[in-house]
Amino acid sequence: MNFETIVFYVFAALTVFAALRVITARNPVHAALFLVLAFCSMAGIWMLLEAEFLAISLVLVYVGAVMVLFLFVVMMLEINLAQVREGFWRWLPFGAVLAGLMVFEMVWVLDSSRTSGGPIKHAADYSNTKELGRLIYTDYVYPFEIAAVILLVAMVAAIALTSRRRKDAKSQVIPEQVAVKKADRLRLVKMSSDNHAQQKLDSTAEVAQ
Amino acid sequence: MIVLSDFLILGAVIFCMGVAGILFKRKNIINVLMAIELMLLAVNTNFIAFSHYRGDPAGQIFVFFILVVAAAEAAIGLAIVVLLFRSRRTIDAADWTELKG
Repeated sequence: MNFETIVFYVFAALTVFAALRVITARNPVHAALFLVLAFCSMAGIWMLLEAEFLAISLVLVYVGAVMVLFLFVVMMLEINLAQVREGFWRWLPFGAVLAGLMVFEMVWVLDSSRTSGGPIKHAADYSNTKELGRLIYTDYVYPFEIAAVILLVAMVAAIALTSRRRKDAKSQVIPEQVAVKKADRLRLVKMSSDNHAQQKLDSTAEVAQ
Repeated sequence: MIVLSDFLILGAVIFCMGVAGILFKRKNIINVLMAIELMLLAVNTNFIAFSHYRGDPAGQIFVFFILVVAAAEAAIGLAIVVLLFRSRRTIDAADWTELKG
């Protein structure tokens, strides 16, 4: 029982406990917070697997951004807890049997093919981040750019879906301003020529309008 | 000594919890999204375990891309949930039956 084994079992137990609470917690806010715990302990296991960059990005990107988004939405929507709870007991036996069978099958297969081969050892100056960066910018540069486009599309879609135009908002419409003609703004009034001073006053007032 | 199978079994257990979570929490679509996140986490763990034990960092690149797609999926999924909640005042997936699927 070396240190690595203890770390693995502690983090695995924490992850399984947190995942169990995610799917059984009554309150969606608690479920989201337990999902954060699951992500953090899984990041510990990834650290054990020497995937340091991904472990850190899991904590930063997932816990820091995606889960905060989840919490925002959960807290923003007013959820009727009693109604949400209704289907839980009806689906519990079916889901538990299904998941139990799947776990049983997978553990059976994986345990029977258990090999004692250890991981490939790296040199002491091996840098996981440097290696990932080298691969991303050489062999996987096109998938990397597609990933960037996917993020852009997701951002545009999320904004386009949720943004509402307010009815009472005042805003400038540039095309209408540019396309305006003299006839739209200025009205010329014909008047008799007997009172010159009054006519001059009226026409200046019209222009000012 | 922990071997590859231990990590794969952990991934399998978490994945099955995600599957069970989708069935348990069908009344709340946000919980379904959280269960999907759990399943993706399990798949990512499998990728990283294989990458570590086979000595091939390409597996970690795939995890990177899965993280990107999962983030995009969460953003769009939550936007759709907010939109549907605005018009229906409910987040029960059983109440959204316009498509009669």
